[in-house]
Amino acid sequence: MSPSRHILAAALAVALTAPLGPSAAIAAEAIAPPALSWSWSGPFGKFDRAQLQRGLRVYREVCQNCHGLTLVSFRNLAEPGGPGFTTAQAAAIAKEYKIKDGPNDQGEMFERDGRLADRFPAPWPNENAARAQHNGTVPPDLSVIAKARTYERGFPWFLIDIFTQYQEQGVDYLVALLKGYTDPPQGVELPPGTSYNTYFPGHAISMPPPLQDELVPYTDGAPQTIDQYAKDVAAFLAWAAEPHMEARKRIGFQVMIFLIVFAGLLYFTKKKVWADVHGHA
Amino acid sequence: MSGHSTYQPQSRFMQWFERRLPIVSFMHASFVAYPTPRNLNYWWTFGGILSLMLAIQIVTGIVLAMHYTPHVDHAFVSVETIMRDVNYGWLLRYLHANGASMFFLAAYIHMFRGMYYGSYKDPREVLWILGVILLFLMIATGFMGYVLPWGQMSFWAAKVITSLFGAIPVVGDSIVTWLWGGYSVGNPTLNRFYSLHYLLPFVIAGVVILHVWALHEVGQNNPTGVEPKSDKETVPFTPYATVKDSFLMVVFLILLAWFVFYLPNYLGHADNYIPANPLVTPAHIVPEWYYLPFYAILRAIPSKLGGVIALGASIVILAFLPWLDTSRVRSAAYRPLYRQFFWIFVLVCIGLGWLGAKPAEGGYVIAARFLTAWYFLHFLVILPILGLIEKPKPLPNSISEAVLREGVPIGAPAPAPSGTKH
Ligand code: HEC
Ligand code: HEM
Repeated sequence: MSPSRHILAAALAVALTAPLGPSAAIAAEAIAPPALSWSWSGPFGKFDRAQLQRGLRVYREVCQNCHGLTLVSFRNLAEPGGPGFTTAQAAAIAKEYKIKDGPNDQGEMFERDGRLADRFPAPWPNENAARAQHNGTVPPDLSVIAKARTYERGFPWFLIDIFTQYQEQGVDYLVALLKGYTDPPQGVELPPGTSYNTYFPGHAISMPPPLQDELVPYTDGAPQTIDQYAKDVAAFLAWAAEPHMEARKRIGFQVMIFLIVFAGLLYFTKKKVWADVHGHA
Repeated sequence: MSGHSTYQPQSRFMQWFERRLPIVSFMHASFVAYPTPRNLNYWWTFGGILSLMLAIQIVTGIVLAMHYTPHVDHAFVSVETIMRDVNYGWLLRYLHANGASMFFLAAYIHMFRGMYYGSYKDPREVLWILGVILLFLMIATGFMGYVLPWGQMSFWAAKVITSLFGAIPVVGDSIVTWLWGGYSVGNPTLNRFYSLHYLLPFVIAGVVILHVWALHEVGQNNPTGVEPKSDKETVPFTPYATVKDSFLMVVFLILLAWFVFYLPNYLGHADNYIPANPLVTPAHIVPEWYYLPFYAILRAIPSKLGGVIALGASIVILAFLPWLDTSRVRSAAYRPLYRQFFWIFVLVCIGLGWLGAKPAEGGYVIAARFLTAWYFLHFLVILPILGLIEKPKPLPNSISEAVLREGVPIGAPAPAPSGTKH
C-alpha cells in the first residue's frame, strides 16, 4: 500500500467518523497498524529465505521462552517454500530440543533428542503452568497467529483488497505489536504485571516488551534492531501459518492460465454453435 | 422429464438395455433433446453453476472427512494438519471453504434472476418452493460446516444460533438442551453437527433432482416471460445450453480460483484461527458474509423471540412469493414500476448484509430496522399492490416478436435437434 493511499484512507476515515461522536472515539481506539511491504505479497510473492532463517533465530532465542509453535514440525524447516535449510541442518536444530516420549518398556516416560518428525515442543507443560508464570494469561501458540489476528479495513478498502490481494493484516499487526510498546499516556493506570502497547486491543498487555536492539546476534549483516527483529520474526510466523503459500500461488497461476484459456475456447465454441441461431445468445 | 426424447438405441446391446432400464433415453431427453428457449441470457446459467458447486462441495468434503477428527480436543488441530501435512490438503480445505461462499453467491444470483423475470409464477410455483427449500438446506449445511474447525467463531456461532431456540416459549430451554446434547455446546454438539453436515448435502442433491424434474415438466421461463409458442422458439439443450453453461461455469471457476489461491482467508474470519474457548467471548461475533442480511434482521427486532420469528419469516416468506405477487406479467422487462422496486429490494438486501457486519448499536440499529421493515413490506404490501396498479408495457405475442422488436432479425428456423447423433 502506497503512502498516498494511507493519506487517502486516513482522510476518508476522518471524514466518515467525524460526525459520529462518541462511537467514533471508540473506533479511534483501535489503531490500524501501518501496512508494510512484504516479499511474499501479491500473486508471485515468495518468502525471503534469509529473513525466515533470521526470524526462526529470533523465535528460538526470545519468543520460545514463553510461546509454543506446536503445529510446526522440524522437517518443515527443510521443505520447499520455507526457510530453505538442508535436511541435515533441520535435523541438527531438532536435536537441540528435548522431546518427552514414552512410555517405554518399563512403563516410564523419558526424554530424548528431537527428530525431524517432531513438532516444536511447548515451553510449558500445561496451560495452568503458563498462567502461573505469565500474570494469569496463556501466551498464545504462534503457529497460526499470523492468520489469527487482523484489524478492520473498513469501506472501501475491504473491496479494493480483493483486487490488490492485500492480506497481510495479521503480519502487519505482529510487527506493530512488537514495536508498539510506549509509556502509558498521562492518567492511564495499568493493571499490575502489564505493559502499555499502542496496538494491543485494550492496550494493557501481559507480555513484557520482548525485543531490544542487539538482543539477537545476526550473522548475515542484517541490522540488529527492534525493527528488523520484529519484521523477521513476523515473516517467519507468516510462513509458519501458511507453509504451502508458495506452492499455492504457483499452482494458482497455472490454474488461472488454464481456466482463462479454457474459458476463451469455450467462448468461441459457444459463438460458433450459436451462430445459426439468430436473436439473443 | 420424458417426452422429448428422440433417442434411438443403435446397437443390439443398447436396444436390449433400453427395454429393461430406459435410463439412457431418459438422460437423453433431459440433457440433450430438452428444448430450452432460444433467448435465454447468461443469468440462466447459474442453475448449472450451482449444480457444479454442489458437486465440488461433495467431492472436496468427502476427502476432507477422511482426515478430519470430530472431537473438541482434536478438531482444530486436525484441520490444521490437513492444511500442513495432507497432500494438497490446503487446496481441499480452501476449495471447500471458499466453495461454500461461491455456492451462496450463485444461489443469490439465481434467486434474484427468478425474482426479476417472475420465474416463480404459474406454472413454476413448486419449482420455486423447492428452490426455497434448497436455500434453507444450504443455510443449515453451511452453518454446521462452519462449526467443524472448532475455532472461536465456530464455537460462538454455534452457541449464539442454537441459543435462539431458547426464545421459544415454554419448551425453548428443553429444545436447546436437546440440540446441544447436554447443558452447553460441547463434544456431543460437534458430533451431531458433523453427522448432519455430511448428511444434508445428499438431501440437497435429492431436492435438486426434484427441482430439475419440476423444471423439465414446466419448461424454463425466459427474459420475455412469454412461453415459447413453437419449436422455432426453442433450441435443444445440447449443444446450445451445454456449451453456454460450460462457458460461464469456467468463468465462475476463475472467480473461485482467485479466492482459493490468492485470498483464501479473505472471506473467513481471523478469530476462527484461534482454538475454541468457552471462557473467552470474541469482541464481535459475526457470521459468514452470506448470512449477514438474515443476521441483521434477527438483531433489528428488540425482543429475542421477535427477532427469531422475523429471521424465520424472512426465509419462509419467499415460499409465498408466487401468491404475493399479483401481477400477471412475469418479466420485469415489461413492468416499469416493479423493475424499480426490484432494484431497491436488491439494495435493501445488500444494505442489510452490510449492517449485519456492524455492531448492533446507535444508527446501525435504526438503519437495520428500517431496511428490515422494507424487506417485509416489499413482499407484503408493495408486490400485492403493484400488480393491481401498475400498467405493464404491451407484451410481445411471442419470443420471436420480442426479438424482432429489439431489431435483431429473426432468421432461419431453429436447427433440428441434434438428438440422433450421439
Ligand atoms: C516473557 C514471556 C514472553 C515472551 C518472551 C514473548 N511473549 Fe508474546 N506473549 C506473552 C504473553 C504472556 C502474552 C499474552 C498477553 C496478553 O494476553 O495480555 C503474549 C502475547 C503475544 C501475542 C498475542 C497478542 C494478541 O494480539 O493477543 C503475540 C502475537 C506475541 N505474544 C508474539 C510474541 C513474539 C513474536 C515474541 C518474540 C519476539 C514474543 N511474543 C515473546 C509472553 C511472552
Ligand atoms: C442447491 C442449489 C440449487 C441448485 C443446484 C439449482 C439448480 C437449478 C438448475 C440446474 C436450474 C435450471 C437452470 C437455470 O434456470 O438456471 C434451476 C432453475 C430454477 N431454480 Fe434453482 N437451484 C438451486 C437453488 C435454487 C433456489 C435457492 C431457488 C429460489 C428460491 C431456485 C429457484 C429456481 C427457479 C425459479 C428456476 C427456474 C428458472 C427459470 O426457468 O426461469 N433454485 N435451478
